[in-house]
Amino acid sequence: MSTENQETEAQFESEEEKQDSQEKNSNPVKAEEAKLKAKYPNLGQKPGGSDFLMKRLQKGQKYFDSGDYNMAKAKMKNKQLPAAGPDKNLVTGDHIPTPQDLPQRKSSLVTSKLVG
Amino acid sequence: MAGAGGGSNDVQWCFSQVKGAIDDDVAEADIISTVEFNHSGELLATGDKGGRVVIFQQEQETKGQPHSRGEYNVYSTFQSHEPEFDYLKSLEIEEKINKIRWLPQKNAAQFLLSTNDKTIKLWKISERDKRPEGYNLKEEDGRYRDPSTVTTLRVPVFRPMDLMVEASPRRVFANAHTYHINSISVNSDYETYLSADDLRINLWHLEITDRSFNIVDIKPANMEELTEVITAAEFHPNQCNTLVYSSSKGTIRLCDMRAAALCDKHSKLFEEPEDPSNRSFFSEIISSISDVKFSHNGRYMMTRDYLSVKIWDLNMENRPVETYQVHEYLRSKLCSLYENDCIFDKFECCWNGNDSVVMTGSYNNFFRMFERGHRRDLTLEASRESSKPRAVLKPRKVCAGGKRKKDEISVDSLDFNKKILHTAWHPQDNIIAVATTNNLYIFQDKMN
Repeated sequence: MSTENQETEAQFESEEEKQDSQEKNSNPVKAEEAKLKAKYPNLGQKPGGSDFLMKRLQKGQKYFDSGDYNMAKAKMKNKQLPAAGPDKNLVTGDHIPTPQDLPQRKSSLVTSKLVG
Repeated sequence: MAGAGGGSNDVQWCFSQVKGAIDDDVAEADIISTVEFNHSGELLATGDKGGRVVIFQQEQETKGQPHSRGEYNVYSTFQSHEPEFDYLKSLEIEEKINKIRWLPQKNAAQFLLSTNDKTIKLWKISERDKRPEGYNLKEEDGRYRDPSTVTTLRVPVFRPMDLMVEASPRRVFANAHTYHINSISVNSDYETYLSADDLRINLWHLEITDRSFNIVDIKPANMEELTEVITAAEFHPNQCNTLVYSSSKGTIRLCDMRAAALCDKHSKLFEEPEDPSNRSFFSEIISSISDVKFSHNGRYMMTRDYLSVKIWDLNMENRPVETYQVHEYLRSKLCSLYENDCIFDKFECCWNGNDSVVMTGSYNNFFRMFERGHRRDLTLEASRESSKPRAVLKPRKVCAGGKRKKDEISVDSLDFNKKILHTAWHPQDNIIAVATTNNLYIFQDKMN
């Protein structure tokens, strides 16, 4: 009798497992969503909403305030202004965008490599 | 024209040509941003991130090579757009060519429209194969002659010269877009065209640069209420009053310019209802339509969203008539695709000449063809390895999970940096142009 019970228990467990994996398979997207929420718990509730779209509309926006720049230069006197990090587009902390930080806007005078 | 591939009567795609540098170190300027055949298919234009346009021309078929159609060789290249800085708005304007659209040919010259984020330009490409010689007052090298040395007069004549192809900007359509232009489309009246940015669509006359009419404006009075943007727009191929535009929420609106001057109210709204049980954080993002294209016959339109291609019958708004999964296996990768921004990649799609097959790109330099009617699909790869002249391309298969068969590639091995966003199909023949990041591949069907 005990063997019978054991067998049924084993069967029951494997059915549960099957159900779990079926759920995952039938909705891999939900699993991905759970992964994302676990990594970034503060992620906004409205992913396609305003924040994301506003970022898209503001592409290309550069910030430079000549007042801030000159005040900072005066304060620092002989020292260097904090320079931009490797990612020049990211403005953080004390960093003030300077003319040196703007990427060089040289047009391509070189012929396209598709012509070679 | 036969179908996409497979079977004895069907097309076998062969490598024809590849353009561009082989090295892996890709300069940003060399990233191809648009590919477009002209109306006859004789010319193929590409635009890149550096603002340059390169036009290839198909060689006339020679008797000596009956086994392949003419090759595409460089015809003209020019700098279409330059980088700009709008000091008033502190806005950097990229020179990247977003779209090129050819005008139908009316005379010996060719015309195309090219656009970056803010400015559309009409370019004239013309050939010069004769030049005047025998001036009285000028030497052959251009120096002026002293009139007192002229003793006899002659009539200058035109003599043949080596072909020179010149590109000149004929019109500049500027300052009409606050947001970034994503589409341009020439009307079938061949007099007007539309340009669309994230929130507005403008109508231009090809001859008039100092004004354009706003025909669609979805900017909300309060920007905080912004929920969707325009992602693509196109004029109907033969109804000059009809246009469609797609949105970031997966809807397509058809507008009739006869109904009102401002087409904010759509004539038709195409939207597939979503199964609420499938709703997730990613739903809206992956439903965003990245491209919309009318079929050549004007009866259908095709849309591309992140995972699928849908074909809509213009007479049925509530759901597409056909849906093709491009890379369904990515559903289980959406988290990482969101983190590396790939989920925002904008893939384009195109029809073949008789609307029987559609094509779109994917990752790992794979591209996909869907044969309507036969419900067959094909995955091919644009790679240097399969670039031997006239080599038949081997179909590829991605293994989603479980046991990987011998020639399959597993989802985890896919290179998400190798994306094919831009493809074009010759208007009549089975010739396709496929752009990888910085290379242009041309494939043809095998001719026996």
